[in-house]
Amino acid sequence: MDIQTLTFLIVGVTFALYIGIALWARAGSTHDFYVAGGGVNPVANGMATAADWMSAASFISMAGLISFMGYDGAVYLMGWTGGYVLLALCLAPYLRKFGKFTVPAFIGDRYYSNTARTVAVICAVFVCFTYVAGQMRGVGVVFSRFLEVDITSGVIIGMAIVFFYAVLGGMKGITYTQVAQYCVLICAYLVPAIFISIMMTGHVIPQIGFGAELSDGSGTYLLDKLDGLSTELGFAEYTSGTKSTIDVFFITAALMVGTAGLPHVIVRFFTVPKVRDARKSAGWALLFIALLYTTAPAIATFARVNMIDTINGPDAQGTAYEQAPSWISNWESTGLISWEDKNGDGKMFYSGDERNEMKIDRDIMVLANPEIADLPAWVIALVAAGGIAAALSTSAGLLLVISTSISHDLLKRNLMPNITDKQELRYARIASAVAICIAGYLGINPPGFVAQVVAFAFGLAASSFFPAIILGIFSKRMNKEGAIAGMISGISFTALYIIYFKFINPAANVPENWLFGISPEGIGTLGMVLNFVVAIVVARYTADAPKDVQQLVANIRFPKGAGEASAH
Amino acid sequence: MSFESEQHADDYWKENLRMMLTLLCVWFVVSFGCGILFVEELNAIRLGGFKLGFWFAQQGSIYVFLALIVIYAIKMNQLDRKYNVHEDHEEPEEFEEALEEEFGQ
Repeated sequence: MDIQTLTFLIVGVTFALYIGIALWARAGSTHDFYVAGGGVNPVANGMATAADWMSAASFISMAGLISFMGYDGAVYLMGWTGGYVLLALCLAPYLRKFGKFTVPAFIGDRYYSNTARTVAVICAVFVCFTYVAGQMRGVGVVFSRFLEVDITSGVIIGMAIVFFYAVLGGMKGITYTQVAQYCVLICAYLVPAIFISIMMTGHVIPQIGFGAELSDGSGTYLLDKLDGLSTELGFAEYTSGTKSTIDVFFITAALMVGTAGLPHVIVRFFTVPKVRDARKSAGWALLFIALLYTTAPAIATFARVNMIDTINGPDAQGTAYEQAPSWISNWESTGLISWEDKNGDGKMFYSGDERNEMKIDRDIMVLANPEIADLPAWVIALVAAGGIAAALSTSAGLLLVISTSISHDLLKRNLMPNITDKQELRYARIASAVAICIAGYLGINPPGFVAQVVAFAFGLAASSFFPAIILGIFSKRMNKEGAIAGMISGISFTALYIIYFKFINPAANVPENWLFGISPEGIGTLGMVLNFVVAIVVARYTADAPKDVQQLVANIRFPKGAGEASAH
Repeated sequence: MSFESEQHADDYWKENLRMMLTLLCVWFVVSFGCGILFVEELNAIRLGGFKLGFWFAQQGSIYVFLALIVIYAIKMNQLDRKYNVHEDHEEPEEFEEALEEEFGQ
């Protein structure tokens, strides 16, 4: 069977699986729809959290980014896993004991204020839309390359599938589909990595092969060879990187704190039956995430060595274009690779200086990796299914947060308190249907700045939600004045800094102009610090939180008596 | 109040905070310390084909994060039981057992 047929077959089978699960796990009540009935096993919840978290960006782009950034890629590896330590230790158990459906519900109730709730709804919706547009785009890219339909049809097929199980099943449908999607995506990620690791180093485990000697008999370590190649070709040494220490520090911190503040991740810990399950669940989630995140830097290294060797040839003089392997022409047709014969010798050459003749989009590294390494066709088909699973699972989780925030926090709690459970469920379904259409539209017509707003989403989450939630748990006296002032100053500072350097004056976006040398990607950390300081100072000069709220805070600090997550 | 006394509630919370802060210190030292601030110094040491600082930044820190969450979950469950504030209906502890086997905790 050719790659085309195999891809259709494997992707088709996974779609049938997702739809089957959705039919089996239909939501009957808002309780099912919002928190899957609150009865999800911690292992399953951990898998679902992992699938929810690992988006098309983690699956498709991250290894590619690392491949081009070398050491600096560690900001993503540490940033997107370290946040789970904060979640597990400082947030998840307490929020679970608090027992509400959503992050805005916590903010609104803890700070006894509908203004705070509304601010939180707006932040949550904005953060989620930013994300989901990127996911839909990821679905489109995978479809267009592997199934050879155009991006628009790809996005529409993806929308239809998500629509089916998110609108029908709510959190319950999503959770169980995500368990299946996790299995698909992790296999798709590990199988090629293991194959390539065996080919290049003789080690089965990529995490070990990554630091091992090459199996070509030369006795050099893989990373040493890559360092050598990089410096010869005019790149920075792979294991050293180019960003300043302070910038790496702040970006890592912003991603970590942003992770712990993202509403679609936090809401996962409301779906387990007990507080101790919330603690466990975070452990399982990180275990499942770590499988992919420790493999990614290995793939990045393998792919880079392979790619340089293939393009520049064994003698490092370049490969004649007529003899180029088929993956180059396959990807040329998508416009993600291009070759310009500058010196007219008919050979391709890739380097970091003026000799360079190739333009290679970093997004193709994972998807093209099996082709570059000449792996069997079914592996390539599996990778396509994995990319789609990653994008679908994250979109579904995000769409759910959008619909819950609107139907529950905005309509039920603020605007129409008298609607019944049934009506609320209907509004939740309408909200997620509308959200899917908007997301699809953004996926087909991506605003030029999708990639840039991702920094926005993390910065916003880090500088708004995180301090408000932490102070809400660890300071009994923190009041609404402090929390609202903190959130607004943290968000405004971060947003203005990012907007200035990314949109108003992009030309000035160089290290010399940055505040303390911190790039817009890392500024969320400073925004978070500002939020904390403002909140604490304002709270000191205003009245303490009322006694009943203080009692509520005392009550979330120990597990006993945690009921199921509830609406009121 | 589910604690036997105010004193118990305070002690429980203090022990919880102490443990949380200790684990967060490790978290900070491994990621921001070994992986970022002292990466150059550690890179002078080799771990097979890895420079140590690079290994911490791209591999080691993630393993430590995982261990921290596991230790926290186990210790907190013990603390809950010590102060009798754990949840009712205890279930078999497959999670701890499975992870204890894996990490030798």
